[in-house]
Amino acid sequence: MSHNLDIASIRNDFPILNEVVNGKQLVYFDNAATTQKPRLVLDALAGYYEHYNANIHRGIHHLAEKATSAFELSRKRLQAFLNAAHSEEIIFTYGTTDGINLVASSYGRKFLKEGDEVIISTMEHHSNIVPWQMLCEEKGCILKVIPINDEGELLMDEYEKLLTERTKFVSVVHVSNALGTINPIKEIIAKAHAVGAKVLIDGAQASSHIEIDVQDLDCDFYSLSLHKIYGPTGMGILYGKRDLLNEMPPYRGGGEMIKEVTFAKTTYNELPYKFEAGTPNIADVVAAKFALDYVDALGKPNIATYENELLAYATEAVKEIEGLRIIGQAKEKVSVLSFVIDGIHHQDIGVLLDQQGIAVRTGHHCTQPLMNRFNITGTSRASFAVYNTTEEIDKLIQGLHKVKRMLG
Amino acid sequence: MTINETQDELISDFELFDDWESKYEFIIDLGKQFPPLEEQYKTEDNIIKGCQSRVWLNAYMDGGLLKFEADSDAIIVRGLVSMLVKVLSGHTPEEIAKADVYFMEKVGLHQHLAQTRSNGLAAMLKQMKAYGFAYQAKSVNA
Ligand SMILES: Cc1ncc(COP(=O)(O)O)c(C=O)c1O
Repeated sequence: MSHNLDIASIRNDFPILNEVVNGKQLVYFDNAATTQKPRLVLDALAGYYEHYNANIHRGIHHLAEKATSAFELSRKRLQAFLNAAHSEEIIFTYGTTDGINLVASSYGRKFLKEGDEVIISTMEHHSNIVPWQMLCEEKGCILKVIPINDEGELLMDEYEKLLTERTKFVSVVHVSNALGTINPIKEIIAKAHAVGAKVLIDGAQASSHIEIDVQDLDCDFYSLSLHKIYGPTGMGILYGKRDLLNEMPPYRGGGEMIKEVTFAKTTYNELPYKFEAGTPNIADVVAAKFALDYVDALGKPNIATYENELLAYATEAVKEIEGLRIIGQAKEKVSVLSFVIDGIHHQDIGVLLDQQGIAVRTGHHCTQPLMNRFNITGTSRASFAVYNTTEEIDKLIQGLHKVKRMLG
Repeated sequence: MTINETQDELISDFELFDDWESKYEFIIDLGKQFPPLEEQYKTEDNIIKGCQSRVWLNAYMDGGLLKFEADSDAIIVRGLVSMLVKVLSGHTPEEIAKADVYFMEKVGLHQHLAQTRSNGLAAMLKQMKAYGFAYQAKSVNA
């Protein structure tokens, strides 16, 4: 497979890549934490505030109508992005974490009872652990964890053993932020459904690399953050099957989510507004559409092909660093390279690379149980996006040689 | 030496370095030379919670002076910690409580005290001063 991307021209779309950090041109390899934003998205944000900032769904004046239609257009755009059957299945949230909390709180509290079981995996982000722990504590449910092998792949046999008629919910990550592993979620979903459990997929990391078709996957919920797909911070979406969302109680109370309020009783608005209390993050929702347009114009398969080339190049290149061990060697991976170096603390690596203008993420990546599984306290992680280059990876390798020299 | 004399001495040490590498090599060397904290003091109570590297701080009074020992599992933080200990340890609780720690800023290491570093260094400095306040209060009450 080959891509037809003009990387030099793509780089020009991202003004921040011209930043100089500690006297060097920025090398940004922290894309799994958040991606940079193309000019198109920045212009959309400014354009919204400059030309049609207004509160939505409420006013009847021109600006309010314009803002409302841009807002709802983004919902349609996200519907298409995930191939959801209905636009009201797209609920705007603050991000992946918020969407997971919505489901754990609303669906979980209504439908889960004492003794019911919830399954997550060893490689979950804290965002997909803590909401379920909170629910289990409140309801007396039991949290079960799918183990992984040394390569960082889920043990599917063990998963099957955990599934019983007591399993009511399965919540797993599509792509691991710390390892890069792509999980076989279609199979996970089908197996959970076979015992009558509902499934949420944490799509925070997958959505910028992999095409997502929620109808084909048949997941019940899919949560993601736009800031990891070249879009703005502070917004994401929760996809949920319409019938389920309809059965679920609201999560927050306030404006927008109501039909009628009296002091005796409030009737709730319909989907999707039932779950969107208060003035939403209008500007960022509006700009999100442009991020998705950008991604689709490049084409996710092209992006994935190019990123996989970068990953293969980097995986080969780091072999020359003595004592470096890659954490996460799954067969199916996105462009995340997590590693440890014998005798060197990840934070020292991060500080010294930063001095050279190279941004990597160091630490436990909000996956402490996963770090414990590998008996480490953290890793250094380089994660690649479509605007990165092999020349930048060469700089990382030189940077690591320097780190080793200085700390040796 | 007073707290400020030690700080000024450190500042002039750093004036010798004209690039980041020699500066960090110096910090790494300080980290390597700094005596490790005895295991018995690496307790949960003495740990300064930081996101990335662990920092331990042990404080005790010795002849009216407040003394510190510390450690970290990351070498650069260890070097930075050793400077904070050098500057503050062995002074009266009152002096420590009142101290204005300015050398990090002056030598261009202030980013290590910033929130985002989450390395516990800022928390450690706060804790050292808190010990100063606590022992000062004790001696006033005694
Ligand atoms: C796998 C995974 N899940 C959840 C999250 C949380 O996303 P957000 O902080 O945007 O809510 C992240 C982000 O780091 C992630 O990588």
